[in-house]
Amino acid sequence: MTTSDAGGAPTVKQESRPAQSVGAMVAADDVKMRVSGLDFYYGPKQTLFGISLQILTNRITALIGPSGCGKSTFLRTLNRMYETVPHARAEGEILFDNEDLLAMDPVTLRRRVGMVFQTPNPFPKSIFDNIAYGLRVNGTPSGAALKEKVEKSLRRAALWDEVKDQLHKSAYALSGGQQQRLCIARALAVDPEVLLLDEPCSALDPIATAKIEELLFSLQDQCTLIIVTHNMQQAARVADFTGFFLLGRMIEYNRTEIIFKTPAMRETEDYITGRFG
Amino acid sequence: MLWRNIWRKFVNYFMFSLTGLCALVTVGFLFFILGYLVWNGGSSLSWAFLTHLPTPVGESGGGMANAIVGSGKLLLLASAFGVPIGFLGGVYLAEFGGRSFPFVIRYTADLLNGVPSILIGIFAYTIVVLPMKHFSALAGGLALGVMMIPIAVRSTEEALRTVPLMLREGALALGASKWKTIATVVIPAARKGIVTGIVLDIARVAGETAPLLFTALNNQFWSPGWNQPIASLPVMVYTYAISPYDDWHRQAWAAGLVLLTLVLVANVVARLSVSGRSAR
Repeated sequence: MTTSDAGGAPTVKQESRPAQSVGAMVAADDVKMRVSGLDFYYGPKQTLFGISLQILTNRITALIGPSGCGKSTFLRTLNRMYETVPHARAEGEILFDNEDLLAMDPVTLRRRVGMVFQTPNPFPKSIFDNIAYGLRVNGTPSGAALKEKVEKSLRRAALWDEVKDQLHKSAYALSGGQQQRLCIARALAVDPEVLLLDEPCSALDPIATAKIEELLFSLQDQCTLIIVTHNMQQAARVADFTGFFLLGRMIEYNRTEIIFKTPAMRETEDYITGRFG
Repeated sequence: MLWRNIWRKFVNYFMFSLTGLCALVTVGFLFFILGYLVWNGGSSLSWAFLTHLPTPVGESGGGMANAIVGSGKLLLLASAFGVPIGFLGGVYLAEFGGRSFPFVIRYTADLLNGVPSILIGIFAYTIVVLPMKHFSALAGGLALGVMMIPIAVRSTEEALRTVPLMLREGALALGASKWKTIATVVIPAARKGIVTGIVLDIARVAGETAPLLFTALNNQFWSPGWNQPIASLPVMVYTYAISPYDDWHRQAWAAGLVLLTLVLVANVVARLSVSGRSAR
């Protein structure tokens, strides 16, 4: 049987049904988000079917699967970003620190659950104003305190040394990889509890990707990270837990090494060995 | 086979020439009008023309200072009325509307845009001039302001729609409310298009004559405040051009030249200043 060790890392009983195994035996405090029976619809079309999983605090969780499998849609339910699409709706239950996430005020929720997008999307403002944006919107500090906060966020995103002399230049002057780290710094500036990353490296070259992955490692003790990726090596490299999505269902969810070495489900094995997808 | 090739080349060449010719004609009209205005009005254009009041018939000299200032005041009034309404209406259409209501507004705005300007003059006449019992700058400004609304609505809407969704999502994801996102990210990103649209809108109504004929009327003198009949360049052009005096005809050309120059300068300055300050 499994227990939580001192660090809160669950060990998993392999023969149990994988989708329920992770976290089922973990202390309740270690669960940041508990999703149960989540269905999602775009108008009449259902795109997610009964998703259940638990996101553990200060861990990196990767969601993998072929294009159109619903992993991005799932990610966008976690900060209710799907609401920008008309007629989209989510049904089921998501508990975020035991609060009903689907009933929360989306603006309050998004201050606690940050997001980084597939394509770097800095605002057409200066580097400084990009980072300060979330702080200003949230009515937090000005003057010296703001500057300090901006510097700290840029340091956390490992971008400070590259931009410290050009904070007032346009963010569009940065390279793609720098822009993506800027977007991560921007999200970190408001101290989110959870950071959602939607294929954050798909528009970047391998060197910029390596820098982002390094950054994710350094963030995991301060923040719960959920990353959607097309790149299975990336999931294997960075994630503690991995969920495999297929056709709107979550096929398997487990510790990353189990998913990649001894997956329980036939579909998972076929996908990670490249037999389809 | 050979003939088909020759025919194909001929059609190709012919259509290329035809489209090129039409493009040239388009540009040509502006330069033709500008050249004709300079040719006919340039000689009457002087410092006095820009700074003096009109002189009575028979006396030579004099200028249209009151009409230049009058046009400025009318446009100021029209912008103060038309730009906020048009701009915020455009923001609503682009950002807040559902499906059917915006369609109605958009369609109505297009219809309003198509209403002949003389009818808008009559409208301003009915609701301002008749109750006040006299012509006024206020009535003229209102008429021009109403004419500005539909274009301001549509150009603002178009400009906001070009802002990519991912910028909005970036702001929303940081916990900005919808209005905050629009005010601090979307509108600044679309600023160039919005300002250009509004300047073009002002330039368009700057030349309107019909709605001013029985609202602002005209004035041979200065018109202090907003409550009296006021001179404007287009009405001056109209009045002077249909007069029987050669001297007035030349002044009408000069007034036309001043009007066109102001519109062109405003246009170029607005575009340059906006592109210079852009964050890109």
